[in-house]
Amino acid sequence: MLLATLFESGVKIEHYMVLATALFVIGVFGVLYRKNAIILLMCIELMLNAVNLLLVAFSTYFGQADGQLFVFFIMVVAAAEATVGLSILVLLYRNTRSTDIRLFNKLKN
Amino acid sequence: MSLDILFYILGGLTIGTALMVVLSKHPVRSVLYLVLTFFLISANYVLMNAQFIAIVNIIVYAGAIMVLFLFVLMLLNLNKENEPKHSPLMTIGAAVAGGGLFLVVVAAMREAILAAPMIDANSEQVGLVENLGKVLFTKYVLPFEVSSILFLAAMVGAVLLAKKEKQTIE
Repeated sequence: MLLATLFESGVKIEHYMVLATALFVIGVFGVLYRKNAIILLMCIELMLNAVNLLLVAFSTYFGQADGQLFVFFIMVVAAAEATVGLSILVLLYRNTRSTDIRLFNKLKN
Repeated sequence: MSLDILFYILGGLTIGTALMVVLSKHPVRSVLYLVLTFFLISANYVLMNAQFIAIVNIIVYAGAIMVLFLFVLMLLNLNKENEPKHSPLMTIGAAVAGGGLFLVVVAAMREAILAAPMIDANSEQVGLVENLGKVLFTKYVLPFEVSSILFLAAMVGAVLLAKKEKQTIE
């Protein structure tokens, strides 16, 4: 009921494609622009969420459950990635007292 | 139809908060904007009738992962303004690269030919827990079990990273 009215009310799947692309590009811009490693990890989460949004949109569009399960697995991987990434970041901070990525270009010192 | 307007409002707010994540100077403010972005994305999922994913998105992302980020931010004490100045060349380069990527992907999507949407009586039930659980535990049961091993590996890795530092202190 809701779904049929959504796709017949002028919201096309192309709208969701553009929205997801915009979110992904904002994430890419953040990774290139910011120098703080925590913000970089957050921008990666933003990019993953853009992909999730597009997967759910197409899953609804075609009436298949597979896309939404892929979103579920992406969330699992993102949680694991954030855990390990942040613990590595804490270790790096203990060594350099900073989260500036330009200080991390030498891993061996 | 009002759903049309609702989509535009949600989409605009999502893009606005996502931009604020990147542009705000204060890391804690950035995290809070990211939580807001996740809630707005969840609202988009509800609009698409994917209730299970919407709830999981709030619990996992806005709950667990963002609490982890906030904990690390508080632990590192980055509250003071110590972000170094960006060179204008880097800013222009990042903006050009991002804008170029957006234009290329949108131009490629305009050429895409999509099949018609499949909306029938069954497609309303796709995003509900019952249907997703059935597919998850029949078709995708092996990836589901493998993901538990991934979690175990991540947990062991995080513990190991934390423990290593402790030994060097002693």
